[in-house]
Amino acid sequence: MKRFLVVLAFSLLAAPALAVLPHEMLTDPAQEARARNLSREIRCQVCQNQSIDDSNAPLAADLRRIVRERIVAGDSDRQVTEFLVRRFGDNVLMRPPVRPDTWPLWFGPAAILVVAGIGLLVFLRRRPAAQAAAPLAADEERRLATLIERKDG
Amino acid sequence: MRRLLYLLPLAAFTAIALWFAIGLTRDPSRVPSALLDRPVPEFALPALAGAGVAALSSGDLRSKVALVNVFASWCVPCRVEHPILMRLARESGLTLYGISYKDKAEDSARFLRELGNPYAAIGHDESGRVGIEWGVYGVPETFVIDRTGHIRHKHVGPISPKDLQETILPLIASLSR
Repeated sequence: MKRFLVVLAFSLLAAPALAVLPHEMLTDPAQEARARNLSREIRCQVCQNQSIDDSNAPLAADLRRIVRERIVAGDSDRQVTEFLVRRFGDNVLMRPPVRPDTWPLWFGPAAILVVAGIGLLVFLRRRPAAQAAAPLAADEERRLATLIERKDG
Repeated sequence: MRRLLYLLPLAAFTAIALWFAIGLTRDPSRVPSALLDRPVPEFALPALAGAGVAALSSGDLRSKVALVNVFASWCVPCRVEHPILMRLARESGLTLYGISYKDKAEDSARFLRELGNPYAAIGHDESGRVGIEWGVYGVPETFVIDRTGHIRHKHVGPISPKDLQETILPLIASLSR
């Protein structure tokens, strides 16, 4: 138990491995935080589906450096991403931009859901309501009564 | 008529499924260049020491149809495509420019001494900074430049004889006309 606790304590102390190397970091913590946030939004072109913040690829390191260069040069976050999009295209963004040509991507699933929902509603309203059960005839009523009596007796 | 309406969801599903099926056959590692039909990026690179050819800058790329090939000695597919570039330079009369990318100058120079130098001029991009201006993410990459210095085609990966015959040479022929 004691050993377990020691192992637990040490594993809680361990920081997750970072691709960002100490010498890459900016001295200004606010700028560094902006760089980290931006890096998470930039796709590494070599190891796709990793952001440059996650990736160990040399190109990702270069891009991290450029993000920091641009920030130090006074670019806004938007200007930094535009700088990269001009060179690598929209593909460099982890999240595709919302534009008329990407509307199907962003709103398509919701649109399909709404259309399907409307279709279902129309279908259910038009379907004739389930028929109410016809009342029992007199002889059926009598038979039922005798059956119940027999069970009780 | 009403019956046909019930087939609509099936038709919509088939269309979407086909759309995705086509998408799945495409290679996601081939990213279309953002620079297509745009002027070449501004850059000025030093000459590759030991290669014996001139340096390369964006000013060199505005007068004639040319290829710009990004290569490195550490890049195995570059060795694969190199004989094709050699033949292209020798037989077609087309001007090839090289960018030696993220490589030590002596290694790039040795690579060319071993395999031949197809390039009329080479810019040495040791840091890879100019590569980023070109949107380079994996060597080899080859760009077709037209007379006005606009990028007309980007080929990622080694050029195969088939790429050359079916895509690059016809494009160059139409640009040269």
